[in-house]
Amino acid sequence: MQLIDQHAKAIMEGCKERARQAGLRFDDETLEYVVTNRDLLELAPKVMIPTMYDYWVHDLEVLKGRGRYELYPSNPYETVINTRPAISYYNDNNPDWLNVMIFYHVLGHIDFFQNNLFFRHTWDDDFTGQALAAKRAIARLRSEHGRWVDYVIEFSRGLDNLVDFHGLVSDLHRAPQDGWSGRLDWYFDVFLQGARPATVADYVQEIERYNQCVRDHGQTAEDVFFRDVQRRHPEFAALYDKALHRKPVQRRDVLRYILEHSPFLDREENKWMQQVVQIVRQTSLYFQPQIRTKIMNEGWSSYWHEKLFRQDDRIAGHEVDFARVNAAVTAMPRVGLNPYALGMRLFAFIEEAADQGRYSREFLALLDAEDRRRFDRQTGRGRDYIFAVRENLNDHLFVRNFLEQDFVDRHRLFVAGRRLDQPRLVWQWYVKSRDAGQYKQMVLDQLYHPPHITVDLERTRPETLYLVHHHEAKPLVRDYLHGALLGCEFLWGGKVVLETSEVKAAERAGAVNGRPDDDDGAAPPDWERVRYTMHERKLSRELI
Amino acid sequence: MRRPPPPDRRPGLPGPVCNDPYAYGDLPWLQALTALALPLAARLGTLDDLMQRDARREEDGFPRKIRIGRLVKPGRGGKHKVVVVPTTVEEKLVHDNSFAERADQPGPAGGSGEGEEGEVIGEQPVRPDPDEGDGQGPGQGEGAAHELESNAYDLGRILTEQFRLPNLEDKGKKRSLTRYVYDLTDRHRGFGQLLDKKATLRQLVETNIGLERIAAGHVPDPADLLIAPRDKVYRVLSRERDFESQAVVFFLRDYSGSMSGRPTEQVVSQHVLIYSWILYQYAGQIETRFILHDTEAKEVDDFYTYYNSRVAGGTKVASAFALVNEIVARENLVQDYNIYVFYGTDGDDWDTGGKECLPEIEAVLRYAARLGITIVDNGYGPARDSEVQKYLQASQLLTQRRDRLRLDVLPADADEPRVIEGIRQLISP
Repeated sequence: MQLIDQHAKAIMEGCKERARQAGLRFDDETLEYVVTNRDLLELAPKVMIPTMYDYWVHDLEVLKGRGRYELYPSNPYETVINTRPAISYYNDNNPDWLNVMIFYHVLGHIDFFQNNLFFRHTWDDDFTGQALAAKRAIARLRSEHGRWVDYVIEFSRGLDNLVDFHGLVSDLHRAPQDGWSGRLDWYFDVFLQGARPATVADYVQEIERYNQCVRDHGQTAEDVFFRDVQRRHPEFAALYDKALHRKPVQRRDVLRYILEHSPFLDREENKWMQQVVQIVRQTSLYFQPQIRTKIMNEGWSSYWHEKLFRQDDRIAGHEVDFARVNAAVTAMPRVGLNPYALGMRLFAFIEEAADQGRYSREFLALLDAEDRRRFDRQTGRGRDYIFAVRENLNDHLFVRNFLEQDFVDRHRLFVAGRRLDQPRLVWQWYVKSRDAGQYKQMVLDQLYHPPHITVDLERTRPETLYLVHHHEAKPLVRDYLHGALLGCEFLWGGKVVLETSEVKAAERAGAVNGRPDDDDGAAPPDWERVRYTMHERKLSRELI
Repeated sequence: MRRPPPPDRRPGLPGPVCNDPYAYGDLPWLQALTALALPLAARLGTLDDLMQRDARREEDGFPRKIRIGRLVKPGRGGKHKVVVVPTTVEEKLVHDNSFAERADQPGPAGGSGEGEEGEVIGEQPVRPDPDEGDGQGPGQGEGAAHELESNAYDLGRILTEQFRLPNLEDKGKKRSLTRYVYDLTDRHRGFGQLLDKKATLRQLVETNIGLERIAAGHVPDPADLLIAPRDKVYRVLSRERDFESQAVVFFLRDYSGSMSGRPTEQVVSQHVLIYSWILYQYAGQIETRFILHDTEAKEVDDFYTYYNSRVAGGTKVASAFALVNEIVARENLVQDYNIYVFYGTDGDDWDTGGKECLPEIEAVLRYAARLGITIVDNGYGPARDSEVQKYLQASQLLTQRRDRLRLDVLPADADEPRVIEGIRQLISP
């Protein structure tokens, strides 16, 4: 791998200047590398991070194509790596005008990485540096513990989609507790509802007593209030003090729970495993925002490369070349879902709608279609609006909030269905629906969504880890249960129980063999709750 | 996962459809950069290491993780390639998104452009064009970017070594009619390539005894011996027939109507593996014959046709075995070959009770080193023994002729380890 030459670097610096003028914000330093096919072969399995730790599955990935995205939450061919400084990769023989377009696209990505709040936890560190340290740590452990390091990596990776990414991000964004008291919160929310449960009447009376204190004493109200509490509950101060120092238990972060509470990992001879689990967990958390913003990120970059390229004075004469490449990349496919095309159009649509003031109560209150069509307040706030969208949303919210019927109609989108024409042995594609709701659902169904699995603290014991899969109308992939729970049992050092929902067996068979004529007429599946137990490397299943 | 095609070959319909937004990436999409496949030699080493590591997992008490997927790239004139693709999945707790989808009604996709609701906008063949190179079996549609090209021989080696398939029981070496080695084995008097000193000395002594230059009871003086040119014995290079095992393998399969879809896939993929394994066992000394049957059997030229022939009419199993018997008799294969017959079917047969079929099978068993029958349970109807299975069991051939005849009943959704286990059953001694 080598850096791009000075000529190309100068073009990049020119692009940065113009992008900044347009409003994009990013760090000054970036690193651009030329990447060859051979580099790609080695980089792709390591999700383009050259310093990623070594793991045999990566070697295997070199030998074959990629598996399912759900399992590998990151695109193997990412151009831009969200590090400090940001790293981007280029084909050696791109002509200058194409580089200008790609540079703008890359700057769009960098702006997105460095401003979208879902990336907040990646802003303060350089991931390549961290990954290098992790790689060295793993190499050292491997020299001491041999292949067992790989088992621990494997088993941790088996759970690395069950890290509480949203919890992490929400902790980072929690507003500082100015102006109100944690003690007061704890008294009303925890103490009166858990430790010393009060009746509703008493509770209301306590609130009223506090309000009275505020009215009577103003600034010192809280002290006065708690003086009385202290008299009635002498243990309150001690309990509150204890609660303050208790770390919150991570129910949603299964991997972290195991890391912190597994009796097996806590043994002296197994302490080294904690380091490996932590590395795997950190790596997963680093990639989480990337996969949750694919459509936005690519859409944002495509929006800007198109806008900025057309304004760039340096590329005169290559408009047609650009148009051809740009159309190929950002055209809506006749059938299929192209994140570049969808995201770019959605950003443009939002900008226009915000310019007209459509995201307002006034517009929403309009019932007449003609009035809605003519509605234009010329707010001039469209640009600001899309910058706010890029800062605050992820794919799920982006699609759910903004993909509306007007957008579907404008771009003539539809949900395409496919059915088998048995005698001719062909698949027939047909227009299934032009309804925005159905289109939205189709897109949402494609988005990355790990199952919601939490640790059941009530039923977890040192010898048993009890996991609960919260029902979201989708079963877990059965074939993977054995492998994943086997690893979980190893890391916990004892029995692992997983509660989940499955479609009743009789119906599964019916769905395959019986062939109802109408495809949409199928009744909703009948669910049943089941419990899987992994004990001494044997998986058993029982109905609840 | 299907990767979207690079943008300069944009599909209209029909063509590959990609509804997975995560399959798109900047480097291939924007910059048209695709990774080259590394040369074969650079990779086989790693593959072996990986397989060794995988074998060690069992010692540590964990199940194996690596599966050998294979793609067959059929080529014309028997030049098919077998591509070995090692695969593994990292097992995680993930949602099964396709649980509600039916085989003939897969999930919806996005679309754009003209068309009323309900209007058909395009068609796509169910089976991709074989020229595009998508094979059957695990790993389908994957690995287009970096495939490990190997040949069937390597696959056989891996099967034998890693999956501990048994080695062949030698039926006795046979004289090869076509292979020769050259060796200095013939003797020639007077001239040649290498003087055979011991033989020459013996000849010399014999001649001199005849000339009475050596008398009994005396130690002869070598300097007095007469040396005739014809006494010199030389070795000369000569062509020797090689003694080697060789085999002819008959692959038979049912291509009747009921076989469409999974049963055919299972049979064919199992036959690919068996073919590879036998190729390895006989170090390439192997002849293959391919026979398809519905109500009548026909021999086809190459694996390509065998692999790709589409389903036809009804089912008469006897016809296939009758054809094998006829070929063996006509070409007198028994004398020079180890004969293997592998037959794949879904177990359906119009010949109730096997009245025609069983005599033919018994005839095959008289000469075949192994007759392996695979029945793929196609899942139609209630779970019951199929016709072929029933009459085979009734005939008691399976127990009486266990040395020669083996049966494997394979579920239609069997995975790779199950298929390999099936092969082990079919060929184990």
